[in-house]
Amino acid sequence: MCTTCGCSTTETHEQSHSDGGHHHHSHELNLPRQRHGHDHDTRIIAIESDILAKNNRLASGNRALFREKGIFTLNLVSSPGSGKTSLLERTLTDLRNSCRSAVIEGDQQTSNDADRIAATGVPVQQINTGSGCHLDAHMVSHALEQFELEGLELLFVENVGNLVCPAAFDLGEDHKVVVLSVTEGEDKPLKYPQMFHNSTVMLLNKVDLLPYLEFDVDSCLEMARRVNPEIIIFQLSARTGQGMEEWYGWLKEQQRLKAGTRD
Amino acid sequence: MHELSITQSMVELCEQNAGGRRVISVTMEIGELSGMVPDAVEFCFDACSRDTLLDGARLIIERIPGRGRCGCGAESPLSSYFDPCPVCGGFGLTVIAGEELRVRELEVE
Repeated sequence: MCTTCGCSTTETHEQSHSDGGHHHHSHELNLPRQRHGHDHDTRIIAIESDILAKNNRLASGNRALFREKGIFTLNLVSSPGSGKTSLLERTLTDLRNSCRSAVIEGDQQTSNDADRIAATGVPVQQINTGSGCHLDAHMVSHALEQFELEGLELLFVENVGNLVCPAAFDLGEDHKVVVLSVTEGEDKPLKYPQMFHNSTVMLLNKVDLLPYLEFDVDSCLEMARRVNPEIIIFQLSARTGQGMEEWYGWLKEQQRLKAGTRD
Repeated sequence: MHELSITQSMVELCEQNAGGRRVISVTMEIGELSGMVPDAVEFCFDACSRDTLLDGARLIIERIPGRGRCGCGAESPLSSYFDPCPVCGGFGLTVIAGEELRVRELEVE
């Protein structure tokens, strides 16, 4: 038996397997049988399907629900410690009288962030992903069942802190918003380009700390625009409130537009 | 390590399409810009396929090179999202290939 692919040939085809065990020998896939010189009596089933199709289908369902209810939804992504939760706490508190908001919190473990959000008085659902490194559309659709969606205007989904994995998973949001803090490297947009490419907005947080750091803002913004020339950037500090008004202005305008297109 | 959940989805998709037959090989396409690491997928596949119709199946991964189209009309290879257009130097090329994450076909008994 061929020990590499397990087929029961007595004929040798070592040459095909001489690539150090990576097993890339071609099976000439357009032929239904008699590949590499022996008959497997096998057949080929064409699939031609996107592996993320199921997630994308569920995300479309979420998106349709948001459209029906007129809920402007943002998926907040960043590395751990960029200040997403602090930014949300301040945003929710400051918009308390102008928008009806809700939050879905994603973390591997604990409800610490959801507890902080709950203290602002805004409805919140915690999703613990366990070992999972990202939220997916299925988790979000179940979290949505726990909210009263009628009358809701703004939904923030705080994704698991991770600049890699959440980039691939559509949740049904209107936009991904990537949060980058000035205590991180300014070259994050180039190191994690998919996330910055897939985001509509970048929030450069903790700018109150700039006097104490060697963070080159211009260089950071230039790198972000190299990856995504259209990206909308707000420079702000969730701690001092600097720059937050511009962010709120954008949020309210977008929320108003979304409400206007309600099904 | 989103490769794990994506590989689980891939195995699920293959099982749904295998018609109950044992799978001998799976051919998948992973684009250069998809954010997926082929080695990690291979590693996850061994674990995810255990006790399924894909147990012992060979995984054939075809890498799809990235390709972009610039606003100036030029098309060029794109190995990252921040490669400039080789003709005009502009950024923000529209990705026309390289984001694939697909199962192309199965070879079944």
